[in-house]
Amino acid sequence: MTSHTKAAPADGRVRVALTVNGARHERSVETRTLLVDFIRDELRLTGTHVGCDTSHCGACTVLLDGRSVKSCTMFAVQADGASITTIEGLAQHGRLHPVQQAFKENHGLQCGFCTPGVVLAATELLQMTKAPTEAEIRAGISGNLCRCTGYVNIVRSVAAAAEMMSGGR
Amino acid sequence: MYPHSFDYVRPESLDRAVGLLREHGERAKVLAGGQSLIPLMKLRLASPAVLIDLGRIPGLSMLKEDGEFLRIGAMTRHRDFEQTAMVRDRYPLLADVARVLGDPQVRNLGTIGGSIAHADPAGDWGAALLAFDAKVLARGPSGERTIPIDEFFKDTFTTALKAGEILTEVRLPKAGAHAGGAYTKLKRKTGDFATVAAAAQVELDGGGKVMKVRIGLAAVGTTPIRAKRAEDHLKGKPADEAHLAAAAKLAAQEARPTSDLRGTAEYKRAMVEVFTRRALERAVERARGRGA
Amino acid sequence: MAQAMKAMGERILRKEDDRFLMGRGSYVADMTPPGTVYAKFVRSPYAHARLVRIDATKALAVPGVIGVFTAMDFKGEVGNVPTAWAVTNADIKTPPYPALAKDVVRYAGEAVAVVVAESQAVAEDVRDLVEVAYDPLPVVVDQEAAIRAGAPQLHAEAPTNVAFQWNIGGDVEPIFNQADVVVRQRFVNQRLQPSAMEPRAAIAEYNAGSKELKVHVTSQNPHIHRLLLSLILGIPEQRIHVIAPDVGGGFGSKIPCYPWEAIVSALAMRLGRPVKWVEDRSENMVATTHGRDHVQYVELAAKKDGTILGIKVKALANMGAYLSTAAPGVPTILFGFMVGGCYAIKAGRVEVTGIFTNTTPVDAYRGAGRPEALFIVERMVDLLARKLDMDPVELRRKNFIPADKFPYQIAMGLTYDSGNYQGTLDKALKIVDYAKLREEQARARKEGRLMGIGLSTYVEICGLGPSAVVVSTGFAGGLWGSSTVRLSPTGKVTVYTGAHPHGQGEETTFAQIVAQELGIPVDDIDVVHGDTKSTPMGMGTYGSRTTPVEGGSVALSARKVRDKARKIAAHLLEAREEDVEFKDGTFSVKGTPEAKKTIKDIAWAAYLADKMPPGVEPILDATTFYDPENFVFPFGAHVCVVDVDKETGEVHVRRYVAVDDCGTQINPMIVEGQVHGGVVQGLGQAMMEAAVYDENGSLLTSNFLEYLIPSSMEAPNIETDSTVTPSPHNPIGVKGIGETGTIASSEAYVNAVVDALAPFGVEHIDMPLTPEKVWRAIHGK
Repeated sequence: MTSHTKAAPADGRVRVALTVNGARHERSVETRTLLVDFIRDELRLTGTHVGCDTSHCGACTVLLDGRSVKSCTMFAVQADGASITTIEGLAQHGRLHPVQQAFKENHGLQCGFCTPGVVLAATELLQMTKAPTEAEIRAGISGNLCRCTGYVNIVRSVAAAAEMMSGGR
Repeated sequence: MYPHSFDYVRPESLDRAVGLLREHGERAKVLAGGQSLIPLMKLRLASPAVLIDLGRIPGLSMLKEDGEFLRIGAMTRHRDFEQTAMVRDRYPLLADVARVLGDPQVRNLGTIGGSIAHADPAGDWGAALLAFDAKVLARGPSGERTIPIDEFFKDTFTTALKAGEILTEVRLPKAGAHAGGAYTKLKRKTGDFATVAAAAQVELDGGGKVMKVRIGLAAVGTTPIRAKRAEDHLKGKPADEAHLAAAAKLAAQEARPTSDLRGTAEYKRAMVEVFTRRALERAVERARGRGA
Repeated sequence: MAQAMKAMGERILRKEDDRFLMGRGSYVADMTPPGTVYAKFVRSPYAHARLVRIDATKALAVPGVIGVFTAMDFKGEVGNVPTAWAVTNADIKTPPYPALAKDVVRYAGEAVAVVVAESQAVAEDVRDLVEVAYDPLPVVVDQEAAIRAGAPQLHAEAPTNVAFQWNIGGDVEPIFNQADVVVRQRFVNQRLQPSAMEPRAAIAEYNAGSKELKVHVTSQNPHIHRLLLSLILGIPEQRIHVIAPDVGGGFGSKIPCYPWEAIVSALAMRLGRPVKWVEDRSENMVATTHGRDHVQYVELAAKKDGTILGIKVKALANMGAYLSTAAPGVPTILFGFMVGGCYAIKAGRVEVTGIFTNTTPVDAYRGAGRPEALFIVERMVDLLARKLDMDPVELRRKNFIPADKFPYQIAMGLTYDSGNYQGTLDKALKIVDYAKLREEQARARKEGRLMGIGLSTYVEICGLGPSAVVVSTGFAGGLWGSSTVRLSPTGKVTVYTGAHPHGQGEETTFAQIVAQELGIPVDDIDVVHGDTKSTPMGMGTYGSRTTPVEGGSVALSARKVRDKARKIAAHLLEAREEDVEFKDGTFSVKGTPEAKKTIKDIAWAAYLADKMPPGVEPILDATTFYDPENFVFPFGAHVCVVDVDKETGEVHVRRYVAVDDCGTQINPMIVEGQVHGGVVQGLGQAMMEAAVYDENGSLLTSNFLEYLIPSSMEAPNIETDSTVTPSPHNPIGVKGIGETGTIASSEAYVNAVVDALAPFGVEHIDMPLTPEKVWRAIHGK
């Protein structure tokens, strides 16, 4: 972890080191670079999306040290030393993660723009709550806006994923 | 959507943070969870030249009972209040807040200290802490200071924190035997600020009368406010429907709502009555539950 | 060859899902060609003002700036933005719609300049330093105010701000004179912000060698974008290559060609570098078209036994500051014809005035004219039921066009293709156990609890549309569907379509159509869309046309391929064509089981082309431009059950049931998803959404904090079911389903809440039904 006890030099750039989807990346970035821009522009992982500018829509959700966060409401420098999972890091060896598989089987996506964010939010929910009720699912994804699905099949997908992950399949 | 440029520092001790804040003065802002500050910076409504990130300072995230107090570190995240069994059990008002504040992602990063230092009059923590005889601890160039919560909120986005001071902790009196609390919030949709919200913390005596009561209201003034007349009316009275309803009526009169996109002042005032009554009823129910 | 030969009607998982689930979608904002520079628009904060001076001195001093450009810089290069639907017989005025404001700005958000810089962040820094002097002018945002004497005038070409006066229907006075009862109501169908989750974006690149302009843009219809860009920029169509890659929702707001992509294109040509522009959400809220915004005065005439005689509608449609691409046709053609709904009314008259105001231009938004119409119809029916003290179900049943009367020509002149309104209503009522609900409601009322049941029986017009009809209304384009179905030598299929789905699933459903026709597995069929270089000229995806019209074209192309393959098979099997059967992808000769060829064999044979029957060309490939003979008319019945909190006015949707009929269903899973999403968008309008302007013309709801779209907490669960009444004129019997949910749900919700509040004598509440509005209705405030 790089230390920043002195103010950054005049060009406003700092060095950050993040682990993203298991791979360590060290870069020099402007301090004002949002984590989402670091992920998209520096690392060219464009699966994390930007849908708004007031931290409401959740399309930019990633897992930071296992917790879901809106990567548009963090600076990359704040995440220095952290371990991040983006949507690209969920599938392992080409196999869909159970949450991804459940979304596919239950038509939990239409245009796909909100999907990475809601899949990661659901992944965190299921890590915390093994068998969430419908109400708990709806609360768990309440930070992710979707304009296409009306949430019905997203809720079904998360419930199906819970079952899959608890050995129901 | 990009903030203006800024210099970034991440001190590893509170003393260093205070020193940096003194060094940079008005040019600097303290960064806690960033869930209030960063959106403002992105809209260029706030453009600090220096950001002092408190994220690596140890000892700012406690949430535990210690002696006579519940000690809450300034960097305690919103979600900790809902996920800590002791809080759900003994300080249900705080757990209620966590459930209706923001959304899950915001709750993972946002902090109680950042929230009350930001001092949005519609913010949930302000009203909630007013319902306790809370104390705010701050560290500044001249050392540590304790600010009673009733003196903490001065005006919209303005607190009693002096230049150079960093909020470090909030302390609540440890919950008594027959204590209960509740937070009720009317909002337009999930994640929204309160249209109105009411926080009630009560303590009953052995005979079911209200021994202590404090009521905090959000979004109906330039700061969160206490409904003192409602409290005074209830003290020493039986905690029954009629008395709670009468107190709620008084709270509505004390509220100072304004008309905006969330509703007219008339509607908000009527809702203060409804939500204060509901908060009191739930608080009393929980107080009775604990006493049993 | 073991394969599932039944593809139509199957719940096949979507082929498009893998890339989206893995974060491998390609949205415009994801692309950054080498050398890209970034554009940002300087937008007017004033709703109406003279543009006095633009000073870019400070802006041009920022390191990383490339340039600051105004309208003057594009003189002769970028023309005005045309509307593509100048409705006929409406005395329409089409004032110039400049790409960048020249002397006057007419809405807050109109662009006055564009800056270009080496990075997105620097572009924003530069934009903020451009100094613009405005001379504010009086503002008008409300359409009724805009046509009053003394109102500020937006365009010299449109006196009293009237853009058009349109009407259909004859004299309804005779019918109204026969009425025992006339119900009158004023409605506001409020302005909405479409809010697709992906903000708009465009990347323009110019190849000076080939003189080709390439534009990636968030479009629902790349060929229409190409045509309009050609007109605006004066570049020949064949030299413009438009690609709409993955698009994150549109709902109509990505139909129009906006000034922004035209300017970005001109910049690319001038600068010789790719120019990328991505909207912020706040920019999207003011610079991307809005929807709805009608004020309507309605009268319904009926006999005392409940027979509905006729309807009169006067609508004032807010068009915003300029006429956007499809805009004039939405509150006229797509609205006026449907005000009879499912009912056999005898006469109707609709008069619509389109009005300019100092607001963001209004254009199509999910439903586009039909929600505005069906909301009126279903609310008026409930009001009539209340007036006559009739059960709203009985009143509807009494007036439905009977199921055995289709095709049915309605009073407004159209012919509904097929329908069974009774059937969907019966099914919906059975699912909710309507009688039991009414019993419960009677009990609840005695106990002072507020419970409401709201119905919406709708029919809508989609599958745009028969070219002769649409062109006669002034639309500058036929609305035929286009496709090419092409088999490769090894028998794999590519379907090229002129549609451009952006969530609706046609990469899967079109494969299902072809799989059914050709007996080839869905996995071997890919659907290509969105690229003007690889797909046939196409009219895009909106108006619920992709499945019936473009899908119809795909079926016809697949059949042409099959017919050609049959000819070749007969020739190779030395049989007469009439003796050749086709089943499960195999051609065989009647009575000779060993004589067979698979379609894969034929694909190879057609590629070798050494043994072709006379007159048959090589390669299995067919193209169809399918011009439908009529629109299609999906229909349904929705029931919404609510509980209302008397103290706060909050409404809880206890149950929402949708029974819809879109004819043949290609993929029921996808159909359900469209209904879910459509219903929740309609509920959003009914519950919480509203674009709000202050008196200065500033949009107060310019982000998701203030413009409230439903989250998973506000959206209720939606139960769906269906009936199947195919469209008789469609090649596969399908109708559209993409907008029906939105067309039906707002009125189902409002009917339910008004029903709940009946004990208080409440007759109507305008949307959105905020808790405060409901509370005021209850408490008479």
